Amino acid sequence: MTVAIQLGIIVGYLLLALAIGLVAYRLTDRTAEDFYLASRTVGTIVLLFTTFATLLSAFTFFAGPNVAYQQGPEWVLVMGLMDGIIFAILWYVIGYKQWLLGRQYEYVTLGEMLGDRFASRRLRGLVAGISLLWLFPYVMLQQVGAGTALQALTEGAVPYAVGAGLITAFMILYVVVAGFRGIAWTDTLQGAFMLVTTWIALVWVLAAVGGPGAASSALEAEAAHHLALGSDFYTVQWMLSTAITIGFGVAMFPQVNQRFFAAGSKTVLKRSFALWPILCVLLFVPSFLLGAWARGLDVAIPEGENVLPVILAEFTPVWFAALVIAGAMAAMMSSSDSMLLSGSSYFTRDLYRPSVEADLSERREDLLARVGVVGFATAAFLGSLLQPATLFELGDAAFSGFAQLALPVMVALYWRKTTRAGITAGILVSQTFYLSSLFTTVVPSAYAGWTAGLVGMGLGLVVTVGVSLLTTPAPDERRAIYFDGLEAD
Amino acid sequence: MSRPALWGWIVVAVGLSALTIPWFLWGDATLVAGIPLWLWWHVGWMGLASLVFWLFARRFWGIGIESNGNSRDDSPGSASRADTGGERR
Repeated sequence: MTVAIQLGIIVGYLLLALAIGLVAYRLTDRTAEDFYLASRTVGTIVLLFTTFATLLSAFTFFAGPNVAYQQGPEWVLVMGLMDGIIFAILWYVIGYKQWLLGRQYEYVTLGEMLGDRFASRRLRGLVAGISLLWLFPYVMLQQVGAGTALQALTEGAVPYAVGAGLITAFMILYVVVAGFRGIAWTDTLQGAFMLVTTWIALVWVLAAVGGPGAASSALEAEAAHHLALGSDFYTVQWMLSTAITIGFGVAMFPQVNQRFFAAGSKTVLKRSFALWPILCVLLFVPSFLLGAWARGLDVAIPEGENVLPVILAEFTPVWFAALVIAGAMAAMMSSSDSMLLSGSSYFTRDLYRPSVEADLSERREDLLARVGVVGFATAAFLGSLLQPATLFELGDAAFSGFAQLALPVMVALYWRKTTRAGITAGILVSQTFYLSSLFTTVVPSAYAGWTAGLVGMGLGLVVTVGVSLLTTPAPDERRAIYFDGLEAD
Repeated sequence: MSRPALWGWIVVAVGLSALTIPWFLWGDATLVAGIPLWLWWHVGWMGLASLVFWLFARRFWGIGIESNGNSRDDSPGSASRADTGGERR
């Protein structure tokens, strides 16, 4: 009975999303620019929530509360700094400039923008290749999360592989049909839904345990040091390293970076920018406080299970717990379907088209983009069956990997003297450094408490600037296009 | 006008980032209404950030990026009037 209610809610939710996707499909032009960016016409609420829902994946719902449960509620601060402040500033510094350039030169991907400025197909391919390298495990992570959540929710009735497979199949269907417009619309629904259900969940649990005071006293009795700011885990270096690398990494994540191009007007960007920090804090506080307070609530969390579903199952009715889990699955899917779409655009525009089939008709590129989605999703699903590492480690590695791209790109956007050799060297050296810190013992992973991700970012900055100073620009570089004649409307 | 304003906003951006986490409350476990004081600070700070971002978007948007930013910044009043035109639509 319980399982039936839960599955019913999830299936109902998926059908609703599919209906929205079909409406979007009817409005879609059959061109790649429309499929990837809804022809750059997105309004404030939709842009705000699609960026929000894309940014906040399984991480916010499962890994985040788990961290708060294990280590204390300081995770709210780390996420607030990285997403609410650092990312917002980058949304202006990188995003607004990208938006202006994208409108002027019709760029759809980051690689395209850089390749055009530096007159280098190789650089374009390099940026796309590196992005896909980090994006792939992250998509896989979402599928692992979906499979695990479905299995836990149905107490094993839907095995992990079947759950992950069903979600993958649904996402493929959805992305191929709906494109960016449909994804952005369902994101809006999902974002609003997540926000509301998380607050209801918090109020419900607090009502059951006797309010925030009682919950904090219980936590203090169980783990007193959790309420004091800072600990052996939350050191100054760790908090700053994590917030800075993930904040910068987010801006380079293909599905987020591509949203920089999608705004319909300058006013849309301005409004989204001002509302952003409030929106972030509204979701992070209830979600992570629930995780933190759960520690004092005398509820056993089975090994390897996520905290939030267990707490909800204990304190709220079955249908409500299922609603929240459906919301969390929705968060995962809204991240994954955007990632599939962006991954496919990076592949077809920056790798396939320049090197295999240069003069592609719009219809054919649109078709190829959809085929790319199917291939990418299927491969990531096969990867998710092998489950190589834990959620958090994988996610963290991908964010830091993307963060390595951010500073070379910013230097190129704001410093005329950047050369092709400079940015290429900056990207290659920082990526090699960070990958080596992950997979070899030659490069250490921490430097007096600061992470290799942050050190690699600094290295990328120094190498980009240094090599640019030492080399002269190639004759075909278009050095002025990021600077001259940039204005809105 | 443009250059000092640009540097001013860079300082504001760094300042907003620097105090999102209340480092001066390090080790503090004071509870206010059952919630740690440092979390209240954070919530208030995020509200302040939204307010600052709103002000920036209204009066100084485009600074450091748009190539016609200099002439615009000479008359921020007219720029903001142009923006509210967008709001009414």
